[in-house]
Amino acid sequence: MSPLTKSKKVKVDVNVKSNISAPKTNEIVYDTEDLNLWYDKTHALKDINLSIYEKEVTAIIGPSGCGKSTYIKTLNRMVELVPTVRTTGKITYKGKNILDKSFKVEDLRTHVGMVFQKPNPFPKSIYENVAYGPKIHGIRNKKVLDEIVEKSLRGASIWDEVKDRLNENAYGLSGGQQQRLCIARCLAIEPNVILMDEPTSALDPKSTLRIEELVGELKKEYSIIIVTHNMQQAARISDKTAFFLNGEVVEYDDTNNIFTNPADRRTEDYISGRFG
Amino acid sequence: MKYLDEIQLQKRMSSRIIKNNILKQLFLAATLFGLIVLAILFIRIFTEGAAWINWDFLTGRLSTAPERAGIMGAILGTSWLMLIVIPVTLIVGVGTAIYLELYAKKGRFQSFIATNISNLAGVPSIVYGLLGLTIFVRAMSLGNVVLAGGLTLSLLVLPIVIVSAQEAIRAVPQHLSEASYGMGATKWQTVKNIILPASLPGILTGSILALSRAIGETAPLTVLGIPALLIPFPEGLFDTFTALPMQIYYWTLDSSLVEEYAYLAAATIIVLLVLLFLLNSIAIYIRNKYQQRY
Repeated sequence: MSPLTKSKKVKVDVNVKSNISAPKTNEIVYDTEDLNLWYDKTHALKDINLSIYEKEVTAIIGPSGCGKSTYIKTLNRMVELVPTVRTTGKITYKGKNILDKSFKVEDLRTHVGMVFQKPNPFPKSIYENVAYGPKIHGIRNKKVLDEIVEKSLRGASIWDEVKDRLNENAYGLSGGQQQRLCIARCLAIEPNVILMDEPTSALDPKSTLRIEELVGELKKEYSIIIVTHNMQQAARISDKTAFFLNGEVVEYDDTNNIFTNPADRRTEDYISGRFG
Repeated sequence: MKYLDEIQLQKRMSSRIIKNNILKQLFLAATLFGLIVLAILFIRIFTEGAAWINWDFLTGRLSTAPERAGIMGAILGTSWLMLIVIPVTLIVGVGTAIYLELYAKKGRFQSFIATNISNLAGVPSIVYGLLGLTIFVRAMSLGNVVLAGGLTLSLLVLPIVIVSAQEAIRAVPQHLSEASYGMGATKWQTVKNIILPASLPGILTGSILALSRAIGETAPLTVLGIPALLIPFPEGLFDTFTALPMQIYYWTLDSSLVEEYAYLAAATIIVLLVLLFLLNSIAIYIRNKYQQRY
């Protein structure tokens, strides 16, 4: 799908509005069309139209309850763990509608990794945590697993800290290390997209900074979608920013534009701290 | 204007404190009541039975002559029962708990089943005896053999195992299973690799406690017609058998005929208590050793 076909649907398309950054040549990885989502009777997402581009960091900001977490969880269908959830519309991932019931969630989640709000390593060793993904996908060869574990831990820039204690329980790590371990665990399934749901909200400023630096590294290889409460964080690390409010996308643009020259009054109010 | 008058306050103060002290003594008495009764029971049993416990008593065959009677048959019978109860309750009980907690759609059906299982845990054990008699002994014409007894006791403690396994599974934090699903694991992979290991201590603790209940049950076995006669040691699932509580029951019944039977019963109670104590210790050990923090 070419970016051109999108400009009709996206209210504020980056390619139309952006005058600061160079025109984007990146491919679209996720294409959301008229997505509506209900939790039982609560209408949590309303007519979402959003194109997410490859190898960029897309930040999703907005006040609590605006649907940003719901949206990111829809992208790997984790939202279905809530039994009363109902969706309409389309989310195209690499040309296929992932909301189609015939689309296997296991397949989707192999290509789309997720990092959660609270570091959630398994109560297993550091090694086993990272090897978990490859193992459930059928890799048994110890040598291959060793390589994947090292590569993933290096990718999450935690290798040097843990290489001498791979067999120790992951709970012995600090919160920030645990979160980087969770990122390593996610890298081990070799995803294309990494979804991050407020990954630093439970961390101290120093650990937060490390994660932010890591995100900057990771976007060379992965498409990253990050939900954040922290507007400065979105401004620091993201290429594009979507502002959600009451289940709607108010504005979606290059991060620079959003923060320096927002088109919508509500965006301006939010980023200047008048509410939220 | 002040609502709290200082003089009135002082007057009430002492009566409030006295009331508090009286109630403290009452609660202490309530606690002691149970403890003292238990202590008396223990002392009586030990003074009557301890002298009768020796190697011959533990390994000997049953005999009508009290000084030659042994309880090896009952010990073997109880062991055989456990050999059935443990696997049956673990497999069926944990399977049910996994289905109800993780696979079944949350809804009326699921809550209906869950409520009924909780209710079943409160059904008197003698009713399970009747159930076992009808199904296993009569309808399947197994007779009063090890298999029938074991299955009956399994049915009896199954609700307890299911409920405790459900609680253990529910206690596994959601964020762990989310992490697993998030990497493309199927439900079964998540259950096998994450949920079961994390809930195993809870499941085992509950199962062992249920097991110790099964060991002590007498009522369902009397309904099944389990004898305490001079029968050969059970050697397989289809042999007749007796069990420790049955032995205690019959010896106590007959103690009006032969006085020493009361002492033999006391001695058997000690053996049973030691067995239960061991099982409970194992449960506590597992709980403490494998309990995980998340």
